[in-house]
Amino acid sequence: MGKSKYKGWLYLLPAIVFLAVFMVYPLVDVLVYSAEEGYSFASQTYTGTGLFNYSYVLHDPYFLQAVKNTFLIVIITVPLSTGFALLISLALTSIPKLKNLFQTIYFLPYVTNTLAVGLVFMILFKPTFYTDGMVNLLIKFFGGQAVDFIEGPYWAKMFVMCFYTIWVVLPFKILILTSALASVDQNLYNAAKIDGTSKSRTFFRITLPMISPMLFYLIITGFIGAFKAYSDEVALFGTNLNVAGMNTIVGYVYDMLYSSGGGYPSYASAAAIMLFVIVLTITCINLMVSRRSVHY
Amino acid sequence: MKVVLEHLTKRYPNRNKKEGGEVVAVGDFTFEIPDGKLVGLLGPSGCGKSTTLNMISGLTEPTEGKIFFGDDDVTKLPPENRGVGLVFQNYALYPHLTVMKNILFPLQNLKGPDKLTKEEMNARALEAARLVQIEALLDRKPSEMSGGQQQRVAIARALVKMPRVLLLDEPLSNLDARLRLQTREEIRRIQRETGITTVFVTHDQEEAMSISDVIVVMKEGYVQQIDEPQNVYDDPVNLFVAKFLGTPAINVFEGHVAAEQLYIGGEPVLRVTGVPDQDVYVGIRPEGFVPDEKGNFGCGVSRVEVMGRDTSIIAENSACISGQIRAIISSVRKIDKNAASVRFSLLPEKVHLFSKETEERIRFRE
Repeated sequence: MGKSKYKGWLYLLPAIVFLAVFMVYPLVDVLVYSAEEGYSFASQTYTGTGLFNYSYVLHDPYFLQAVKNTFLIVIITVPLSTGFALLISLALTSIPKLKNLFQTIYFLPYVTNTLAVGLVFMILFKPTFYTDGMVNLLIKFFGGQAVDFIEGPYWAKMFVMCFYTIWVVLPFKILILTSALASVDQNLYNAAKIDGTSKSRTFFRITLPMISPMLFYLIITGFIGAFKAYSDEVALFGTNLNVAGMNTIVGYVYDMLYSSGGGYPSYASAAAIMLFVIVLTITCINLMVSRRSVHY
Repeated sequence: MKVVLEHLTKRYPNRNKKEGGEVVAVGDFTFEIPDGKLVGLLGPSGCGKSTTLNMISGLTEPTEGKIFFGDDDVTKLPPENRGVGLVFQNYALYPHLTVMKNILFPLQNLKGPDKLTKEEMNARALEAARLVQIEALLDRKPSEMSGGQQQRVAIARALVKMPRVLLLDEPLSNLDARLRLQTREEIRRIQRETGITTVFVTHDQEEAMSISDVIVVMKEGYVQQIDEPQNVYDDPVNLFVAKFLGTPAINVFEGHVAAEQLYIGGEPVLRVTGVPDQDVYVGIRPEGFVPDEKGNFGCGVSRVEVMGRDTSIIAENSACISGQIRAIISSVRKIDKNAASVRFSLLPEKVHLFSKETEERIRFRE
């Protein structure tokens, strides 16, 4: 009995060591940094302890802007991308012939480099010396006013940002949802058909509940992913996100550590901890909701 | 409601493009299912029995032929307008709904003049639940029930909208042996009580024999024989039907007819009046062997199995092409277990002759 107990732990050891060194220790360390005032990497010293770092970060207009941006991106992109993915997956499932071709096309963004995609979006949206950009040409064609989407008003930048984010996250969601739809027992649909169930009722009473576990998985990971947005912003607006007014919480953390105005690990840690608390809260709410509405 | 199938045919394009052409899933099926009867479609897998069922339900569109329910041509009607209830092999219950909601589901789809009030729906659902004896389980979900209980729910769901025809696709194949016996009695009882014309698909000949009024034996898309179960067993039209029905299976021998005398392995075993001289297959039912010291048919004994009610003699004969010979005799007769050989006389009504070329039945007078 005693021996087999040790044996079990022995098997777990590699994973535990790995997790402890690279996951648990850094997490705890960040928590410690966030409570140390004026900590410096170079001298390994700090001037005091307390919640000052949190207070500083919460009063930093750049952080507040980053929080606002992040929340906007989350609230706009998660429902929209999940909804679009569901619509596209349903459409894909109902066309048996060209399904594979379209599936490949929809999957392309997933295997394309973020920065390359960012460049393409720049060409689409950014007015330059030579041209107003594709989208502005279209707007003008329909008699509208050209807008600078990259360096112009806030809502225009946010629109491009959300458009881009949705476009990037869509393929993975489509992949998951098409396979979830394909795994629904075809006989359930046959049974519904024989009972004369309308299309909409079949969707809401059979399809949706059957794929609900996958749907909630996508929503939860979607929330987490959107809260951690950063590289997409860099791809579109460059590294100086604070100036562009498009920084995110992760971007703020990064800037606090490494950018030209950086070198403040304590502030960065405090911001990171706050992001952690936000994500944890939202995920818990998500799980609670899903437990009530997912059928298994 | 009688169901009439007229030249019902389903062809699929061949998957193997090189071969091309078409595969016949069901070929020229013509049959009238009498009102209120239980018909068993029987055959090995791939014989087209499920395709036939799906065509009756409307899930599969026939390539040719017509289907009538009573006098209505339903060939072109979508499934929901046919008034059929279908029970699937894997039950296809909605896993996220309780039993009650599963049974209510078809009723909630009714629209227009057929629309029911909540009370009517509940009353109908309860009535269906009572019929299949699951009133106590109405709040359970399918995953919380045994296979047999799920099967009953599936039947209740199919019956609740009062279908004109009830279709059952291998309804017992996911159940264990005991439940299978019990459930097939249940299906028989429910069918009798409701009087709904029922078509039932199975590959299990015992199942089909035990509950059907009429069985249809199919092979590779074509109907072989349609008759009452006992008649199909006693009077098979060809070797396939003879081999497919009956457990233990029929014993098949190479035989020869000369001067109206049937020879197996050189021994004259039976007079077969009216059969021209030829080589034949001889099928002998296990109960067709009678141990008889003066009998004409000799075999080597491999072993004797005593199983209470009756005794099996497992024997060998070089002319047998169905493996070992199995003869079943009443255990009242005492058999010498250590005997090396045994002689039988044959019961003529248990001996069937089949043409060597076509495997069709050759009838003889005793």
